[in-house]
Amino acid sequence: MSHDLHVLKQTASQTAGPYVHIGLAPAAAGFDIYHNELGRDIAGPHAKGERIRVEGVVIDGVGAPIKDVLIEVWQANSEGYFANSSGSEVEDGFCGWGRVITDFETGEWGFDTVKPGAVPGRDGTIQAPHISFWLVSRGINIGLNTRMYFGDEPEANAADPVLNLIEWERRRATVIADRTLRDGVAVYRFDIKIQGEDETIFFDI
Amino acid sequence: MTKLGEYYPMDRSRQPAALTPDYKTSVARSPQYALISLENTQSEMTGPVFGQNDIDPRDKDLIYNYAQAGESAIGERIILHGRVLDENARPVPNTLVEIWQANAGGRYRHKKDTYLAPIDPNFGGCGRTLTNETGYFYFRTIKPGAYPWRNTINNWRPAHIHLSIFGEAFLQRLITQCYFEGDPLIPLCPIVQTIPDPEAIDQLTARLDMNATIPLDTIAYRFDIVLRGRRSTLFENRLEGN
Repeated sequence: MSHDLHVLKQTASQTAGPYVHIGLAPAAAGFDIYHNELGRDIAGPHAKGERIRVEGVVIDGVGAPIKDVLIEVWQANSEGYFANSSGSEVEDGFCGWGRVITDFETGEWGFDTVKPGAVPGRDGTIQAPHISFWLVSRGINIGLNTRMYFGDEPEANAADPVLNLIEWERRRATVIADRTLRDGVAVYRFDIKIQGEDETIFFDI
Repeated sequence: MTKLGEYYPMDRSRQPAALTPDYKTSVARSPQYALISLENTQSEMTGPVFGQNDIDPRDKDLIYNYAQAGESAIGERIILHGRVLDENARPVPNTLVEIWQANAGGRYRHKKDTYLAPIDPNFGGCGRTLTNETGYFYFRTIKPGAYPWRNTINNWRPAHIHLSIFGEAFLQRLITQCYFEGDPLIPLCPIVQTIPDPEAIDQLTARLDMNATIPLDTIAYRFDIVLRGRRSTLFENRLEGN
């Protein structure tokens, strides 16, 4: 076939299932096997910028917490550089990627990191500081992508090209986390609603 | 910074929908609103990079990586191997592949698994490796057993191994499952059947690979993985790649 495009087809996704922790976070599954579980330390000890904590719960369409969800996060450092972009320097030990597991009893999750900086967008635009999220669990056939923006960045958020793609202004609030202080540390609350009233915005990236 | 081409969109015609009522758990765990489609930005085109220091060479040998000294996991000894490629058939080198699975009796080593089949004391059930410069990876493990699960009261999962693959960009992130050629449970499984395209299901079915078997020792299955590819940067200021 002279017109064959020679394009391979993407491998299909399948649910991560209830036992995803065995593969990606075995200590949470209840056993110790790897000398180094990946994704535990997102920012590392030398990262500049403000140390923050992000917490939340993922809620299903019935209003119940999803206790077996596993989340991966990906972010720039405080100056807006990603750890793998060629030509940029991030702090020694800064990864920007993390794996977040829930408390199996409550579904609550949380992680410590630094607040990311603004990141270049398309065509010379600037994206407001944000953390990318990817959610997998039993019952989720294909990983769900969303972003968390910061409630204390109203001006940057108002100018953000991705938030402005969301036609319904009311829904933009579903991806903006409120900031509070706990023992002097900024804590952002980011509850993710998979389905139903105030359903979180998910992206096809 | 090098100008790189953007990634092809997710091919949703080959992917399962979020809502697949025959797989009951998806009903309350599926967004109802449409996804907001984004063009690539740095946030999606970058992703974590791992190195050999992050893992141990023994991590890819599930027959021995949790076994007592002098012992090994029970079950049919298999090699699972293949390549990670993109849609343009370019190898994806140095990318992390992680797997997890039930033991030969269909039981997972997880505090939430209560199936009556016994735990194998010498089998953990997880492994990880990095692809080499040609995108190739391999694991040694045992063939997992089928097991029942609560969906209807008589659903059985076909033998399967879960795989997690990173690629080079956060938008390539993939979790999937590998099945085994000839398993009669594949067409009966509501999780498999969340995938609408029979060809895409066939692509998740590992092939018996007699050339890669180790005679009198271990049987081999081949499983290739295709991640999203990226465009050549035609008609832009700087031509790269192609």
